Amino acid sequence: MEYIIMTTGFALTIFGLYGLLSQKNMIKIILGFTIFTTGINIVMVAIGYVKNGIAPILDAEGKEQLSNGATIVDPLPQALVLTSIVIGLGVTALMLAYVMKLYQDKKSLNINDYKDLKW
Amino acid sequence: MGKKTLIALLMVAMAVVLFPLYKSYQGSEKLTKLGQYYADNGVTDTGASNLVTSVVVTYRGLDTLGEVTILFLAASVISFFLSFKKEDRMVNRSVRGVTEILTTSVQVLVPIIFMFGIYIFINGHLTPGGGFQGGAVIASGTLLMFLSNPDFELNHKIIHTVESISGIAFIAIGVLGILLAGGFLDNRIMDLGTPGTLFSAGAIPLIYIFLGIKVGTELSNVLGIFVESQNERIDVSSGQNNNSIIEEEL
Repeated sequence: MEYIIMTTGFALTIFGLYGLLSQKNMIKIILGFTIFTTGINIVMVAIGYVKNGIAPILDAEGKEQLSNGATIVDPLPQALVLTSIVIGLGVTALMLAYVMKLYQDKKSLNINDYKDLKW
Repeated sequence: MGKKTLIALLMVAMAVVLFPLYKSYQGSEKLTKLGQYYADNGVTDTGASNLVTSVVVTYRGLDTLGEVTILFLAASVISFFLSFKKEDRMVNRSVRGVTEILTTSVQVLVPIIFMFGIYIFINGHLTPGGGFQGGAVIASGTLLMFLSNPDFELNHKIIHTVESISGIAFIAIGVLGILLAGGFLDNRIMDLGTPGTLFSAGAIPLIYIFLGIKVGTELSNVLGIFVESQNERIDVSSGQNNNSIIEEEL
């Protein structure tokens, strides 16, 4: 089970990086970036997984399961990923705003048309 | 060397870097020391039955403060980039009509979505959820409103006021933690109550309510800025001029 999550995470990371590097369309580059961050988030959650762990919510039911010898999964990576998702959302929105401005300026989404920072 | 080979090489290098982590990974049998601490003491320390919430809001509350700051910064920069002068505003922007199915279903769905978002952030200390998730759900309701009515505009004054007040309240609760309890963002300024009930976990529900309102209004505002920036009238000729100037420079 944990290998499925880990493999998915790494596969998404690699695919996202490929999209980030190979695409010419800036919107597609941003899509690649989001897939890349999603993959990394999944890897982080997978690292915090404990075999046969229960969700880290200790209400009455959770406490009963704990007293029967179950363990919870690590809550720390989950909290970290929550932060990372929100920051990823903010960064994605910011990148889309940049792309909109760039498109208004040159009417092109092709990254090769923007040579201002190229040397 | 072609660009494609370079990309392929980089991908292989990335895979080589990641492979040891993948190979050495096996689902651990027991928690780390820190995770074990949270499991043993989290509920008694903070009173929140959802341990992820207690980590996000209390143990690592400063991270959350930073996260809110980054989100605020992103929203500010977006509104700075996409704002335009009043005289550049198009008077009659042609928009595609919206079907009646969408407008009617939005009228039914949006109040329910808002209510669900509020439910998520009020119950953040009991069930999976919290301020950020609830805020995102509220923003999705706003997005539906934009989709169903292209002329819909948010009242920026109200949005900014609500957002600022909830942000200041979040910081104020944090400072109260210094004065009344153990430190910044300590949630023991209020009675911890019985874990598992709605009025428990000290200040965590309050913090999450303010966070939820702040994130909800902030994301709605970002959506509103994106939609509104479509109203900007852009001179096609000036764009081409810029293009030619840059090409000449090169």
